[in-house]
Amino acid sequence: MTLTIHDLRKEPGSYLPGSAACPGCGATLAFRIASRVLGPNTVYVVPASCFSVIQSPFPKSAISAPLYNIAFPAAAATASGVYRAYKMLGKDVNVVVWAGDGGTVDIGIQALSGAAERGENILYVCYDNEAYMNTGIQRSGATPLLAWTKTTPSGKREMPKDMPMIVAAHRVPYVATASVGYPFDLANKFEKAKKIKGFKYIHIFSTCPPGWNSPVSKTAEVAKLAVDTYFWPLYEIENGKLRITVKPKKRPLREFLELQDRFRGLTEREIEELEKIVMEKWNFLLHLEKSERVF
Amino acid sequence: MGLGVPIIVPVSKPSKGAAGKTGLWRVERPVVNEDKCIKCWLCWLYCPEDVISEGDNGFPKIDYTFCKGCGVCADVCPTKAIQMVREEE
Amino acid sequence: MGPEGTWEIITGNHAAAIAAKLARVKVVPAYPITPQTTIVEYIASFIDSGQMEAEYIRVESEHSAMAAAIGASAAGVRAFTATASQGLLLMSEVLHWAAGSRLPIGMAVVNRAVGPPWNIHVDHQDAMSQRDTGWLQVYVSSNQEVLDTILMMYKVAENPDVLLPFMVCLDGFVLSHTYMPVNIPRQEDVAEFLPEYSPSHWKLDPNDPITFGNLALPDEYQEMRWSMDLSMRRALDLIEDVSEEFFQKFGRYHGGATWKYKVEDSDYVIVTAGTMASEAEVAVDELRDEGMRVGLLKVRSFRPFPHRDMAEVLQDRRGVVVIDRSIAFSSGGPLGIEIRSSLYNRSGSPPIANYVTGLGGRDVTYRDIVAMAKDGIGRIMSDRLRRPYYWFKLKPEYERIELSEEVRM
Repeated sequence: MTLTIHDLRKEPGSYLPGSAACPGCGATLAFRIASRVLGPNTVYVVPASCFSVIQSPFPKSAISAPLYNIAFPAAAATASGVYRAYKMLGKDVNVVVWAGDGGTVDIGIQALSGAAERGENILYVCYDNEAYMNTGIQRSGATPLLAWTKTTPSGKREMPKDMPMIVAAHRVPYVATASVGYPFDLANKFEKAKKIKGFKYIHIFSTCPPGWNSPVSKTAEVAKLAVDTYFWPLYEIENGKLRITVKPKKRPLREFLELQDRFRGLTEREIEELEKIVMEKWNFLLHLEKSERVF
Repeated sequence: MGLGVPIIVPVSKPSKGAAGKTGLWRVERPVVNEDKCIKCWLCWLYCPEDVISEGDNGFPKIDYTFCKGCGVCADVCPTKAIQMVREEE
Repeated sequence: MGPEGTWEIITGNHAAAIAAKLARVKVVPAYPITPQTTIVEYIASFIDSGQMEAEYIRVESEHSAMAAAIGASAAGVRAFTATASQGLLLMSEVLHWAAGSRLPIGMAVVNRAVGPPWNIHVDHQDAMSQRDTGWLQVYVSSNQEVLDTILMMYKVAENPDVLLPFMVCLDGFVLSHTYMPVNIPRQEDVAEFLPEYSPSHWKLDPNDPITFGNLALPDEYQEMRWSMDLSMRRALDLIEDVSEEFFQKFGRYHGGATWKYKVEDSDYVIVTAGTMASEAEVAVDELRDEGMRVGLLKVRSFRPFPHRDMAEVLQDRRGVVVIDRSIAFSSGGPLGIEIRSSLYNRSGSPPIANYVTGLGGRDVTYRDIVAMAKDGIGRIMSDRLRRPYYWFKLKPEYERIELSEEVRM
């Protein structure tokens, strides 16, 4: 079954307007859509991230589902404990980690790996804005090559970790990438993950206008261009089998880069280099798509 | 301790406007031109703040109390039916 | 009245595992570390053989062990884990988180020195370094006390006035791996004493969606910490009440926040914790045989700290000898520091000789305690108590340096 806009409109979701999120926040957009698919029978565990602040200050909260804030490295472990407790109580509840990229690919990777290896029945979501945005734009293990951050003032020199593939290597039943520029694809991946038992992982490309210095109104467009330029391919790995879920006509990477000041000042050679990396990744995914099992 | 021990926990209740009337942040407001609107609801889908709903007349209605004026709705509108209009000082 | 359970000769770790089983703990996140490991091994075998109904989470670190216990407790069930030394230190961040979340998680801490160098033997540096995390901390000195205290502390911790996590601290190897006869109470009696955990303050429940722990501004935060402090002080009375209730039901009494031995007529009182207190009982008898009126005050509850007990017992004595198995560098032994705080603003506060010894498993026998008591009493009597604390049982070449006048305090 494929979700339509009408299906999404039926469910109120767990985000209430008037939060502390920045205008045009991709993480909020992702949560709005995801929570509509997950429904109210869901508990969220959130490590330190922008999303800790987006909830807004005590004693109010912009989130209308049960949500527990936990220390930075610990989200996947805490979610494991929540799930096991509900199991003992005979309750069937969606247990979801909602984490940023720092809390996922850096400080949270150990707990995430442990929970994935144990096959905890939880959904781990990384909304990826490609840097430590809550602390004010410092590079993370998810920051792309050559991107400006406050701790990489002349551009990041290293490749980001390929986190979805790292999780997939744990042979979990479901791993997917998503983008706030492709909300139906995103919604359908949550719909699928919700029904699968075991450890699920969804990694969402999530625009951050203040962190990327992109126009506030272009949150969706930047995230769509990320996919259309093959910078952020959309795929899923279900029981080891990879499928590219969106195969757009390739657009020049330049169109994506030019919308964000974090890539300002790249030389022609650097853009070419990035274009080459993007195509290599895309071709590799096409190759993986042909094999019976990736992992 | 006959007074009892108050257990003060950081438990917060879901609430609209948890960070206040965020509409005050707005520099530009989205205005829907109902003649151009085809009710595709993409504005609703992409609105990061969830402030677009269906008005009594069946067209998108924007909750200006909380709309932060990001302009994503105007950007994604396929018929250019939403215009960003500068807020008066 | 009286014990109706069964007698078994078991280790302290085995006793801790049996306590978790008797407490009908529902989730046990587990990570191995010497000398705690056999606790989680016993629990694994209890669950595997169907003697215990619980979820066992084989986590990848102690940080995750505590984080998972937090998740389980937040979802509304009784959780238990065990650790030692580096494991406890790795947990530190989430120890604060558990207490701040007001989750009455139970944990056995098998006290062990911290590195470097690697050392698997007993001292209290691990637990003492976590004394300000908001956890209740009880030190025990027999395997029976391990089992009984875990049951009692769940009851204290889950009291609606307390709602804080607790650790029961047992000395590595001296208790953890030493066999002693232990009476194991009947499950039905424990169930009567300790009903199922049912949180009333908050829990993660889709039927009552709340957000826990989001941003609290300076206007709100301080009272939350005050509430934790007040609850901890309230726990002092509850420890006494629950110990009495346990005695009524099971016929065993290990003391409340403290345990007193021959203090009534004492001129001098030795204060210590853990298995050193068992040795100190023997030392007290020895010293009394020599004609010195000495008693023992064993600190069971270090958090909450029983300031009132301390003052009541120690006030107007001729002197106090406090023996610590950890070091607050340049400041003294943690027990000694606290006891000074109990007595300072009172009239008739006695001189305190504080000794730091037994680190990294260095043996502390009753003879050592006799020696420390005599040294302390001698200094007090001859007005030679110059320092806030003294090291005891250093190698002679280093003791010479330590005691030289050039060493500043």
